Amino acid sequence: MWALAGRALRNASRRPQFFVPMLVFPSLLLAANTGGFNRTTALPGFPKVHGFLDYQLAAAITQSLLLGGVSVGIAVALEIENGFFDRLIASPIPRTSIVFGRLAATFCIALVQVLFFLVLGLIFGAEVQGGIGGALLVLLIGAIAGTGFGGIGMSLALRARNASLVQGIFPFAFVILFLSSAFFPMDLLRAPADWVAAYNPLSYIADGLRNPIIAPIDAGAVLEGLAAALGVTAAMTALSVYFLRGRLREP
Amino acid sequence: MTASIRILSAFQRRALNEILRVPGGAIPGVLAPAIFLIGLSGVFGAAGDLKGYQGDFTAYILPFGMLQGATFTGAATGVNLARDIEQGWFDRLLLAPQRRSLLLLGLVSSASLRATLPATFLLLVGFALGVGWPGIGALAIAYVLIMGFAGVIACYASLVALRFRTQQAAPLMQIGGFIAILFTTAYAPLALQSSWLADIARINPVNKILEGVRQGFVPGTVTWDTTWQALVALAVLGLVLGGLAVRSMRRTGR
Repeated sequence: MWALAGRALRNASRRPQFFVPMLVFPSLLLAANTGGFNRTTALPGFPKVHGFLDYQLAAAITQSLLLGGVSVGIAVALEIENGFFDRLIASPIPRTSIVFGRLAATFCIALVQVLFFLVLGLIFGAEVQGGIGGALLVLLIGAIAGTGFGGIGMSLALRARNASLVQGIFPFAFVILFLSSAFFPMDLLRAPADWVAAYNPLSYIADGLRNPIIAPIDAGAVLEGLAAALGVTAAMTALSVYFLRGRLREP
Repeated sequence: MTASIRILSAFQRRALNEILRVPGGAIPGVLAPAIFLIGLSGVFGAAGDLKGYQGDFTAYILPFGMLQGATFTGAATGVNLARDIEQGWFDRLLLAPQRRSLLLLGLVSSASLRATLPATFLLLVGFALGVGWPGIGALAIAYVLIMGFAGVIACYASLVALRFRTQQAAPLMQIGGFIAILFTTAYAPLALQSSWLADIARINPVNKILEGVRQGFVPGTVTWDTTWQALVALAVLGLVLGGLAVRSMRRTGR
């Protein structure tokens, strides 16, 4: 498992064209959103925050992690397309290691992504109200959620077996993110976005990531975020293993 | 002259064929701006309650979405050119007894034509979300600017494609236009923006184009002052990027 995780990490570092967009696109949107909507913190119902950048950091992290999930899916689909995956299956290793190895690498990459945005935020004037403990919680929730999003990408790749098709889900990742409270407070969302956001696990993940940044740590929000991230990760890992086994049964 | 027109119309037909035969290829360029529009209006709609928007928030961001569609279309032209280079089709095109600037014009004009597809789709989505009719004159100006902007982005994307000669440069083609339209009054008027963003937007020529497209929707009155500034900004960008792309085209293979 660790060998496969190491291989996935080396591949990611050798192909920056897959890695860089995960950081660049959310950073650009973070800058534009912060610059454009900074006055919205004055709207009635907006929680008290140090600045709009602080509020938007969780959205940028979630967005980056979702893009990371798409990237995992593309990488796995490419391995299926070029035949490497078949050689991997033929090798004398536990098959679940293929899933867990890839997800272990995703966990490490997600840690880097979260750290990048925390540092970026601090450079541009954001403050982590929860202190070092709060920052560690953000890293933990983010890394677990990133692993879960990687599981989504992997499940899709094992099912679709086509990199273009997996890439096609990119816009839908944004749909799911927009229909959550990642960018704006739940109370200020308009129908039907507010209704969908209330049931969207991304809302809880984003709010869990956000709470230690914008306020002293609230156990409720953090635990909800952690539970949502763990739930997505457990479900998507199970689905990946299920699709892998389904693929092995095929002639 | 007749031969030139025939070549240009061949490029247009090729672009249309691509839409009809590979509809999946046009979907991201249409779908992504629509998702942005619906998402932004649903999520940030309350921002329209702030003084300064002079109207509905969805109407305010609809022109941004339309220009975003033009950006994706222009970038896709560069990606297609890179694909043609990789597959060797472009080399055969270079052998044709025609001026290279005409080949570039063919690519750029096909991007302009294709840009009407996402713009029209976005417009219909906007109407469905309650955006008011801007008037036929305002719409005509908006379409001219959108088609022109798609051509400008196509010049930029072609420049990148001719430089790197691979589809792997696609993110570079997309990100240029993306940055250009994002750092404008895309989400909020100058008065409501952070000072750093307002400063960038003031000197960003794309902002003039965006204001030109937007004027019929928000504030709802078309003025010659806004229109000529938009047209001049478009012309300057077209001359600079078009000139560089023609230069790069002429140097290709030498």
